[in-house]
Amino acid sequence: MTVCGRLGRVLRLAYLAMLVFVLVTTLPLELYLGVRVWRRLRRLALTVLPVTCVFLAWDLYAVAAGHWDFHPEQTTGLVVGALPLEEVLFFLVVPVAAVMTLEAVRVVRGWPVGDEASPR
Amino acid sequence: MTYSQLAMTALGVAVLLDLAVLRVRLLRRGAFWTAYGIVFFFQLVTNGWLTGREVVTYDPAAILGTGSIPFVGDGRLAFAPVEDLAFGFAMILLTLDLWVWWGRRGVQREPVADGPWSRRYRPELDASGAGRERPRRAASARR
Repeated sequence: MTVCGRLGRVLRLAYLAMLVFVLVTTLPLELYLGVRVWRRLRRLALTVLPVTCVFLAWDLYAVAAGHWDFHPEQTTGLVVGALPLEEVLFFLVVPVAAVMTLEAVRVVRGWPVGDEASPR
Repeated sequence: MTYSQLAMTALGVAVLLDLAVLRVRLLRRGAFWTAYGIVFFFQLVTNGWLTGREVVTYDPAAILGTGSIPFVGDGRLAFAPVEDLAFGFAMILLTLDLWVWWGRRGVQREPVADGPWSRRYRPELDASGAGRERPRRAASARR
């Protein structure tokens, strides 16, 4: 096993690595394409936090009902209530990535999404 | 309720919010479907990682599948239960609806995209007009 693989196993980074992957792959959209999503932090928070709350509630119910579960050896062991820290971060990271994707499409294709100052 | 039932319910609620409640109607926009297509691909990759490695495991009683974890089949796509697709679609649609909804209310509609790559795609974003000349100069340089 590679050093990276062994370190990943010891630190139980399988889930966290996936979140880092999402953050790293979307970062060029902000830095080079200039989607200005992270720059619009207030709007981003007002968008993402309600979604996070709704889907975390669903997640908590699902875990309590036994619909799904998390591998203890593939998560860091840091928990927020009944959920691994990674699962909570998932509901922050993924919605942000989705907003960045929509803004990237708008920049590249020039297609309206409905919030333009003058309707196109 | 099972995960299958909850996932279908969430999908219905999200569609209803988009079309009738928030009335953002992203479902009628090409930009949304293009963005969703990109997100869909990355969902298959990242969720495939989580479910294929069994970072997340599912109760067979809660999903359509029987509990085996094939790449495709038995109610799964890229190792993940198909319910996850409805879950993801509902989450993405609700997120993007809220983003546009706040924008419509004037919450940080600016700053719009203006990075170096976006100036290349949309020269009108560059107030100085320099962006309009840049591609032409690049083209002549190649010649």
